[in-house]
Amino acid sequence: MIHYLTAHRLAEMMGKGEISAREVVGLHLERIEELDQHLGAYITVEKDRALASAREADEKRRRGEKLSPLSGIPMALKDNICTEGIPTTCASKILDNFIPPYSADVYERLQRAGCVLIGKANLDEFAMGSSTENSAFKITRNPWDEKRVPGGSSGGSAAAVAAGMAVFALGSDTGGSIRQPSAMCGVVGMKPTYGRVSRYGLVAFASSLDQIGPITRDVRDCALVLNHICGHDRRDSTSVDVEVPDFEKGLEQGIKGMRIGIPSEYFGEGIDRGVKERVEEAIKVLENLGAVCDEVSLPHTEYALPAYYIISSAEASSNLARYDGIRYGRRAEGYSDLVDMFVRTRSDGFGREVKRRIMLGTYALSSGYYDAYYKKAQQVRTLIKEDFDRVFEGCDIIVGPTTPTVAFRAGEKTDDPLQMYLSDVYTIPVNIAGLPALSVPCGFSEGLPVGLQFIGKPFAESTLLRAAYAYEQSTGFHKMHPQAKEASRDEI
Amino acid sequence: MKYETVIGLEIHAELATETKIFCGCTTRFGGEENTHCCPVCLGMPGVLPVLNRKVVEYAVKAGLATNCKINRFSKLDRKNYFYPDLPKAYQISQYDLPLCKEGYLEIKGDFGSKRIGITRIHIEEDAGKLLHDAEDGSTLVDYNRGGVPLIEIVSEPDMRSAEEARLYAEKIKSILEYTGVSDCRMQEGSLRFDVNLSVRPEGSSGLGTRTEIKNLNSFRALVNAIENESARQVKVLESGGEVVQETRKWDDVTGKNTSLRSKEEAHDYRYFPDPDLVPVVLDEEYIDRIKRELPELPDVRSRRYVEEWGLPEYDAGVITASLPLASFFEECVKEYGGDPKAVSNWVMGELMRMLNEKGIEADGIPFPATHLAGLLRLVDDGTISGSAAKRVFTEMFETGEQPKVLVERLGLSQISDEKVLTEVIKRVMDKNPKSVEDYRSGATKAMGFLVGQTMKETRGKANPALVNKILKQLLDE
Repeated sequence: MIHYLTAHRLAEMMGKGEISAREVVGLHLERIEELDQHLGAYITVEKDRALASAREADEKRRRGEKLSPLSGIPMALKDNICTEGIPTTCASKILDNFIPPYSADVYERLQRAGCVLIGKANLDEFAMGSSTENSAFKITRNPWDEKRVPGGSSGGSAAAVAAGMAVFALGSDTGGSIRQPSAMCGVVGMKPTYGRVSRYGLVAFASSLDQIGPITRDVRDCALVLNHICGHDRRDSTSVDVEVPDFEKGLEQGIKGMRIGIPSEYFGEGIDRGVKERVEEAIKVLENLGAVCDEVSLPHTEYALPAYYIISSAEASSNLARYDGIRYGRRAEGYSDLVDMFVRTRSDGFGREVKRRIMLGTYALSSGYYDAYYKKAQQVRTLIKEDFDRVFEGCDIIVGPTTPTVAFRAGEKTDDPLQMYLSDVYTIPVNIAGLPALSVPCGFSEGLPVGLQFIGKPFAESTLLRAAYAYEQSTGFHKMHPQAKEASRDEI
Repeated sequence: MKYETVIGLEIHAELATETKIFCGCTTRFGGEENTHCCPVCLGMPGVLPVLNRKVVEYAVKAGLATNCKINRFSKLDRKNYFYPDLPKAYQISQYDLPLCKEGYLEIKGDFGSKRIGITRIHIEEDAGKLLHDAEDGSTLVDYNRGGVPLIEIVSEPDMRSAEEARLYAEKIKSILEYTGVSDCRMQEGSLRFDVNLSVRPEGSSGLGTRTEIKNLNSFRALVNAIENESARQVKVLESGGEVVQETRKWDDVTGKNTSLRSKEEAHDYRYFPDPDLVPVVLDEEYIDRIKRELPELPDVRSRRYVEEWGLPEYDAGVITASLPLASFFEECVKEYGGDPKAVSNWVMGELMRMLNEKGIEADGIPFPATHLAGLLRLVDDGTISGSAAKRVFTEMFETGEQPKVLVERLGLSQISDEKVLTEVIKRVMDKNPKSVEDYRSGATKAMGFLVGQTMKETRGKANPALVNKILKQLLDE
């Protein structure tokens, strides 16, 4: 079961010469060939390029060069992360022919670490969605139950890691797009503090909320990947120049005496019983590990979702205006004049959800409505931040569910956007406040993975990782993997 | 009824930075199409803007030089609209918190002195340029100019005539040049004017409906457009009509003033703070440093010329209005060492005449200031006469050569050798005994004839002052 091994375990094995990067990458490519036609996690698979970089990694090892623990490790990048010379589509028709002449900061960093890009992962178009059903190209199935969605928008990234088609992946998280699919696919996913990871080369959805983060098979891998993607980047003005600690250090220090806040608002109406029970069990585990858990209140939680849909849609309406068919991407044919060209290009090029958000955002920013919507939403944002600030005066981290439900059935919520939006109700406040948070598997409900969310103070990723590691090591849910069943394939 | 015109100006100036406002591309004018571009100024997916510090510095400089208050906290906003020359489909500009606000300038004219208020100065990025192919009807875009930093200087509606507007615009131009904030190359479009104009019955204090005339890029166009639009509005009102609030276009070549779009068609720019950029926070130390670094501004320099060098106020005003002209003048005065007024006479006279005649700006004077100083000295030491100096000047303007060389080539040097002149004069006296006799018997005007004969004998090269002196001596002997 090589394909379910973690990066740190593979690094150990490669270090001892038990396996080569070429073999690891080859096995993952085979796995993709075997499963992905069905799972739909990848938009692009870079077979030749991946094998070449794997050989290069092996060659460097043979020469005795100093290698990072991620050297030779196959990874997937969400297809809204720019990769020089490799298509970057954002799962949108409007960019289906786009090959960027530059790379995202995170990709450059991971290349320097020797990681092997195995492919570009599917997502909801421009990362707008919670089920990966909004991709213009294909849907992605949940490896635990192929009738279910993997969550979204980083559904391809989470499914690839869960199904053993990549050792780790990067996603982007604007309102939960890393944590929610990670929870639904039973893997570890982290959204770092806003400004911790450069957004340079991440195709913007909502600039003030977007953050890139890792999706991994365990907490240690999460720390390892973080070690390589964090850091100040002068190309991103919102990237913060703070020291990047070694996130792997201190993982094993335990959580004795750690003060954990349990927000009552995260256990109210709308949460599945199974999810609630798993999370309550997890809180007991944390207490048994020596943490002090207390109920806390984040009173403005219910306003986070509407504020989020105004802010994110407003920013998106502006960020996506550049796709006009003039310079790159797809241009519609048969237009009669300039305005007609804009209208046709954008009408044909964008999917329904993207158009919905553009219209929402355009409306919210329009003169006469700005104060009632955008400005009000920004005021709510301040209140939500203050909620967290207040709670963090009395505790070190906050713990709760990542999502209100387990993975839902494909097609179940596609006609009811509001229901779909509610899937992110516990993750959105974190983006609004710019905080770090991670989701770890905490058991199953209806045979599907449940995610436990850890929320931290700004730049306190190390504390989150320490708590999540302690929890993970004492439970072992990360060692459970979906059965990629031949049988289920016939059913669908 | 008599009408009064009310004018406010929005002036866009390209800043003299090396690189663009949000990326490292060059701001150099021209170049092959789309070669001064990168993913950032082309607004490609995923790239981010990073504010050029120099842009903030220049804008603050412009603000301090125009008596503005500097906002300690300011931010950048997105102005959203679709147009092919705007790669991101939004322009990064400043909406409600500009870098500078509440300044003013003094203008001087026949009406005396007048203060024009400056509402605000903000920074923003320029757009690209559309190129229309008349042959096949296609349109291409050149993004070289896209992302070049601009400041927009917005005035209060304080001007009442085309003349005032021109004086104000010229004052802005000279301040931007003095501070080095912009090179103000008008022919390259680095200084452009938008006019807001309304008319009202004289004596009334309310404001009429205004129109906006966009993108005027010369002082001539500014004056013509204002006069034309002002007359048009008066005509509309006098024929019982109403002025429509709209944006208009002025074509300086055809003199046509046409409607571009009405208020109803006006864009809703949906301004909001750019989340890709962080607010600009300035501290006192920073502002003080820029204040200290401000050069001497035109008004101060003009006063210095009047008070220290005795120049007429008008001359001082004209010379200091243009930084290159003032610099030329000052260098010339320094090099010459004589009376600055003599230099000013040449600058205001011959130099300005030639510049106007050739249509050359003061930064294109085809010879160095040292040449003019040299020319003045040649006159002072009697090597050439004043009228010869004018010939040398014209030639100097054409060729850029040293005045000494030109005097030589044109054979203009005067005979100032007393011995030589004494001989010539003695010869002339010998040839004209009658005139000598006349003079000596009291008809002093006969001397004029003898001077003329001496000049003729020397083919005009004799130093007239010396001729007079020597002749008088000889006659009075």
